[in-house]
Amino acid sequence: MNAQIEIQIILSLVAIACAIPGVFLVLRKMSLISDAISHSILPGIVVGFFITQDLASPLLILMATLTGVVTVVLVEYIQKTGLVKEDTAIGLVFPSLFSIGVILISRNAGDVHLDVDAVLLGEVAFAPFDRWMWNETDMGPKSLWMMGTVLLLILTLLLLFYKELKVATFDAGLAASMGFVPMAIHYGLMTVASITTVGAFDAIGAVLVVAFMIVPAACIYLLTDNLKKLLIYSSVLAVVCSLVGYWFASVWDTSIAGTIASVLGLVFFIIYLTAPGKGYFSQWYKEKQQKTEVALLVFLLHLANHDEEQERNINHLQEHINWGAQRAKKVLKLANQNNMIAIENDIISLTNKGLDFTKQAIAYISDNKNSELEGVKQRFFLFRG
Amino acid sequence: MEQYLELLFKDYTLQIITVGTAVLGALCGVLGSFAVLRKQSLLGDAISHASLPGIALVFLILGVKDNNGLLLGALASGLISAVFIKGIISKTHLKSDTALGIVLSTFFGFGMLLLTYIQKLPNANQSGLEKYLFGQAATLLASDVWLMVAITTISVAIVLLFWKEFKIVLFDADYTLTLGFNVKWVDTLITSLIVVAIIMGLQTVGVVLMSAMLLAPAAAARQWTNSLATMVFLAGLFGAISGVVGTAISASANHLATGPVIVLIATGFVVFSFVFSPIRGLLFKQIKLWKNRNDLKLMKTLSFMYEIVKTHDNISHPHKIQLLNNFQGYTKKSLKKLQSEDLILLNKSNWSLTEKGYQVAKNLYSHQES
Repeated sequence: MNAQIEIQIILSLVAIACAIPGVFLVLRKMSLISDAISHSILPGIVVGFFITQDLASPLLILMATLTGVVTVVLVEYIQKTGLVKEDTAIGLVFPSLFSIGVILISRNAGDVHLDVDAVLLGEVAFAPFDRWMWNETDMGPKSLWMMGTVLLLILTLLLLFYKELKVATFDAGLAASMGFVPMAIHYGLMTVASITTVGAFDAIGAVLVVAFMIVPAACIYLLTDNLKKLLIYSSVLAVVCSLVGYWFASVWDTSIAGTIASVLGLVFFIIYLTAPGKGYFSQWYKEKQQKTEVALLVFLLHLANHDEEQERNINHLQEHINWGAQRAKKVLKLANQNNMIAIENDIISLTNKGLDFTKQAIAYISDNKNSELEGVKQRFFLFRG
Repeated sequence: MEQYLELLFKDYTLQIITVGTAVLGALCGVLGSFAVLRKQSLLGDAISHASLPGIALVFLILGVKDNNGLLLGALASGLISAVFIKGIISKTHLKSDTALGIVLSTFFGFGMLLLTYIQKLPNANQSGLEKYLFGQAATLLASDVWLMVAITTISVAIVLLFWKEFKIVLFDADYTLTLGFNVKWVDTLITSLIVVAIIMGLQTVGVVLMSAMLLAPAAAARQWTNSLATMVFLAGLFGAISGVVGTAISASANHLATGPVIVLIATGFVVFSFVFSPIRGLLFKQIKLWKNRNDLKLMKTLSFMYEIVKTHDNISHPHKIQLLNNFQGYTKKSLKKLQSEDLILLNKSNWSLTEKGYQVAKNLYSHQES
């Protein structure tokens, strides 16, 4: 197999293996745990490397995974004491573990061929050179086998515990009452996140594991709320971005992981701006629409409250409610289009429909139930006539 | 130790570095207090990672390794990342942790892309860029330290000047808004100061450890006081001490990077504070727990005695200690303790309630009812 194809297969495996736990991390609001784990596995890797002298040995992976789990346990312990908030707990634990790792490396700089850069930044381009020889036969790159195993493990666990994960993620209380143990699921997920991070670090580096885990899930989460779709599309997006990033990186001769993270960032930015219903533009439009709706309500209430013709004169209104000419015209037009008002000799009065709408709106305001306003809007076909 | 002090008086470079790390620690402590209290602890981590593309871009465009230029690039990119984080949180349903994770990792990845691109350029003179990743206090120059002192002075002056505004926004932003303060502006000012402090520390402790520089002194100081002024002062002090001690340790040992040592010292402060703080510390909480448990046992013994005594006319009538055997909670020690508090009288193998003990036991339950 040629090296380029091997690299792309490894990248795809890493992408899927990161995207799946990433979905749950994003949903459980624990995205930054991946950041913490990816940094704090350093001392585990260092100690494991001292013993085995091999970055792909199972012992090293075991030790590093343990360090990752220890990080989570420590963060949770500190959190439980109530002395500091959760985010502070994360921010305290991983830099200190990372520092221990850095010091361990620098104290033994002479004996170890291990660089902090290598752990933090990784380099997938070297992966095809580290091959697994078995009975003198070339079985392919070690990291291909390792990531394949990790991915297989993740997929098996996902299929076995899909229902439990789903319930525990969206309603921990319900999960507990159904007899699942939310704590077991939580720590299981954390262990999987650690294993994935450890498996992926020498391909893409500890920092960019965060990008691989969080960004695909965050992108798709802006587009759908369905967990199955989230898992599938995140994996697909992660693989596509990885391959696109890989090719850009080979053209520009730049860091592969860095380029993939940049592609992921760009994709997120585009989705962030344009996602229907949840993106920047549609939020902006929604807020604008809400402003107009509120203005319309204020306008109609004003009309309902005043019988005097002078108060309802079209020219007087603008200064009375203190709106700019542009805004006043827009609201007037909207009300007119919806047959809420009738204009006669520059005097505005509410139509029967307008009167009805105002009454219901007042009822809504005094109850302040969100769902009711939606109902009112539906009934009067606001913004459609 | 003596050797180090001797070195400190002779070695100009060491003096410079010590001053630099002390000033950095103090400023990080002061501003970190606000970050911790605003629940923005990990903002520092995100911004420090996100400053990388700024550094690389400035180098790419200017082609020189001018320190101040690189810092300005880092500052710009850090501020942009802060705006992005805010935009993601306010406009989408993604939570702050995800927003931080996205910005942190993609900005850093873009920085990596640029750095590796720079390395391939023929005039690559980029060896110094890596020091921003892990920090190298040893490369601090006198001019850097003067810049740090200047920035710190200005920042502290701003904090003092806007102390009232910072404090009120910190604890009740809605109320502040109704008072007519421009909360958004104060918010932006605090965040910008934090970003400046982070960028300043990059060269010394590096991208990864910067967040700990910001958090650890503040988290330690928080345990000792409930007053903001005291906390800010203590955090500054802890930060400065961590800087000085960390520099001293790494200077007197071979192969010890300064950044990690400073961070570990600061973490040491945190652990010590968590355990030994008299207000919130774990040790004192445990002692309190034990004390409460003992008190409860004493009171249980007392109320058991009361149940026996209340059927008698004379409350001070002595009873055998064996009578208490039905009740498991008493020991010789606990009886002595009760006697020392004048609640009971012991006389060889007999005990009797005192008037005071009778009243206390009687009120034990009436308290509960009321």
